[in-house]
Amino acid sequence: MDYNEILEISPYALTSAEKNKLLTERLVELTNHHYDNCAPYRGMMDAQNWDSDTIHDYYDIPFLPVSLFKQMELRSVKKEDVMKTMTSSGTTGQAVSKIYCDRTTASNQQKTLAKIVTNFTGASRMPMLIIDTPSVIKNRNMFSARGAGILGFSIFGSDKTYVLNDNMELNVEVLEAFLEKHKGQRILLFGFTFMIWQHFYRELVRLAREGKHFDLSGGVLIHGGGWKKLISEAVSPAEFKKRLEDVCGLHDIHDYYGMVEQTGCIYMECECGHLHTSIFSDVITRRPLDFSRCDIGETGIIQVVSMIPESYPGHSLLTEDEGVILGEDDCPCGRLGKYFKINGRLKNAEIRGCSDTYAVKF
Amino acid sequence: MQLNFDQIKFAVGDQDTVVRMQSGKARSVFSEDAIQFLNELSKILIRTGKAFSDVVTFGFWCRRAALMAEKAKYDDVDQRIGKGVVFHIAPSNVPVNFAFSFAAGLLAGNANIVRIPSKDFEQVQIICDAVNQLLQGEFSHMADYLCMVRYPAAKENNDLFSAICNTRVIWGGDGTIAEIRKSPLKPRANEITFADRYSVAVIDADAYLAADDKESIAQAFYNDTFFSDQNACTAPRLIIWLGAQKNEAKEIFWQKAHDYAYDKYELAPVQAVGKLTALDKVAADRKVSLIHGSDNLIYRVFVEQIDEALMDYRYNSGFFFEYDADSLNELALVAGERCQTVTYYGVSMEQFRACISSERMLGIDRIVPIGKSMDFALIWDGHDLIREMSRRIEIH
Repeated sequence: MDYNEILEISPYALTSAEKNKLLTERLVELTNHHYDNCAPYRGMMDAQNWDSDTIHDYYDIPFLPVSLFKQMELRSVKKEDVMKTMTSSGTTGQAVSKIYCDRTTASNQQKTLAKIVTNFTGASRMPMLIIDTPSVIKNRNMFSARGAGILGFSIFGSDKTYVLNDNMELNVEVLEAFLEKHKGQRILLFGFTFMIWQHFYRELVRLAREGKHFDLSGGVLIHGGGWKKLISEAVSPAEFKKRLEDVCGLHDIHDYYGMVEQTGCIYMECECGHLHTSIFSDVITRRPLDFSRCDIGETGIIQVVSMIPESYPGHSLLTEDEGVILGEDDCPCGRLGKYFKINGRLKNAEIRGCSDTYAVKF
Repeated sequence: MQLNFDQIKFAVGDQDTVVRMQSGKARSVFSEDAIQFLNELSKILIRTGKAFSDVVTFGFWCRRAALMAEKAKYDDVDQRIGKGVVFHIAPSNVPVNFAFSFAAGLLAGNANIVRIPSKDFEQVQIICDAVNQLLQGEFSHMADYLCMVRYPAAKENNDLFSAICNTRVIWGGDGTIAEIRKSPLKPRANEITFADRYSVAVIDADAYLAADDKESIAQAFYNDTFFSDQNACTAPRLIIWLGAQKNEAKEIFWQKAHDYAYDKYELAPVQAVGKLTALDKVAADRKVSLIHGSDNLIYRVFVEQIDEALMDYRYNSGFFFEYDADSLNELALVAGERCQTVTYYGVSMEQFRACISSERMLGIDRIVPIGKSMDFALIWDGHDLIREMSRRIEIH
């Protein structure tokens, strides 16, 4: 199955039955491909008695826990065909995921992202304000999740301008000049949820108190990267939106869910506040006790499948997030596909045992 | 020496107790005072700790009759005396372990400084309350023999107690041992360390099929494994099957183990993900096959080959390697020095003795019936706690 043909299909235009057929065909094909080309993956599938002839539905394809990409090298192409290696943005000292992309996979990630995002922003490029520091993309061969996100989204913008300096401080002159230059135009803002809150929103509030106001009512903001830190500050998604609108008039705001292990297939938040699956990927919620599928409305562990990954076996992954499928093919925004919400990370269980991790637990 | 107690919180005793301990008198091993104290502690705990099976287990363990039976095993009690001060570092995630540790220290004739878990286990509180009640009442003469402390994991705090103790006891595995060893001991002090170990089970299929108490075997197996999240050193990670009717026995055994765990054990979502991750990790490197059960409670991972390297892939929360053996001697394949406990069903002591004398493996310190893996004994993990925490005076 040629991925380029799939790219011709509009990202939210297939009904559940049509999408199921497409996903099943492509994902079984990818499973067989990785089985043949990635020895560790083959071992994992053999351990679970994988047999493609018995699979009738992509729901039956085994999934790998995402953390495996932190613990081993999983590649389905030769080393010399790896064009770039992406890493997750772990905190210092933590293991990071390593995702190996060849030319085809990297290009399909970019094309897919474009199809999904332009469905929300329109096809024309907008002047783009990046709420981050330019230093995150300095090393072009080792992409962190943050850098990859910025570069991925940069194709939707013109006059790309980083608005934070290396110390993560808002550069007011740059912001003023940018807004002056593009007055009256629709602009695109992009950044990571917590950075926006910490280094952009808070600074705008401070400036407003000094009498300095900025009007961003003509902008569209796309942000991602998780709510963990904001939840600890008790900022809900609704609060986040409301406060941003209050301080600068920004009201066209879209969160997205995605991970470096399935770059390209992001889940954009629609006008109704729902995260949406496109035809290129899907979300399945699983019950912890037996990994059976949850019903709509039932909280479970999030599994993600993507039709993109050819150079690494990341087409069917079990995440460490918990969420709920809210519905399928019937979101009031008009887009077909499942829509869902993410509740957050799975709670860390305190298991017993004699051996401590001294520094962490004591 | 001026001691700095700034970061130390005392649950039993205070800093003056620590100071007095250094010049206090040791006691003889199994002293009447120590036995009496533990016996009274036992009486209180069986009452106040009855909601916690681990507290009750400790309570029963330190009844006078039980302790006298332990004492009878030693032929040199009269020549032995405590070494002085013992510093115990208990594991942070097993609530009652610290109690066994200080009880052994008392019986060996020592004053004890115990680092208790910083986590708020109710069991720890119950035991400390009982100890305080006794030390502040009729056992005030024992007050200088017991301190319980909590403190942040800074080296200077470990330094403090390491510098004044005559024996240091470190529970908590390789990482903790490495950390605590940065703090020097006195030149003549000794150390008892409980390193990361693993354990295995051996079950004779034919004997199992013949057993008429399969329900209690399931319960015993649960206590060996799920009760400690299968993460204690004593919890079997590999099941070695012997006998002719292995498949029949396995089917019943696992069904019963599952039914018991299903009612008792709550599997957190991260544990389910963890077990799948563990399966994939071992499957990436070795030929294994998952024996699909009805859910994620029990992962049975069948292996055609066992060796010590397999045990590096061990996991917890109900994750078992399974191996079909032709002879008990195959146990030696995993019995390197990291192998601690063998639990068994349907295998005789003679068989084990024969296996040991023919294989002479480096590991295995205990061989106990299924269900008994967690039963504390004064000889633990290969260490004779009484003798290692006391000294023998030779008079000629």
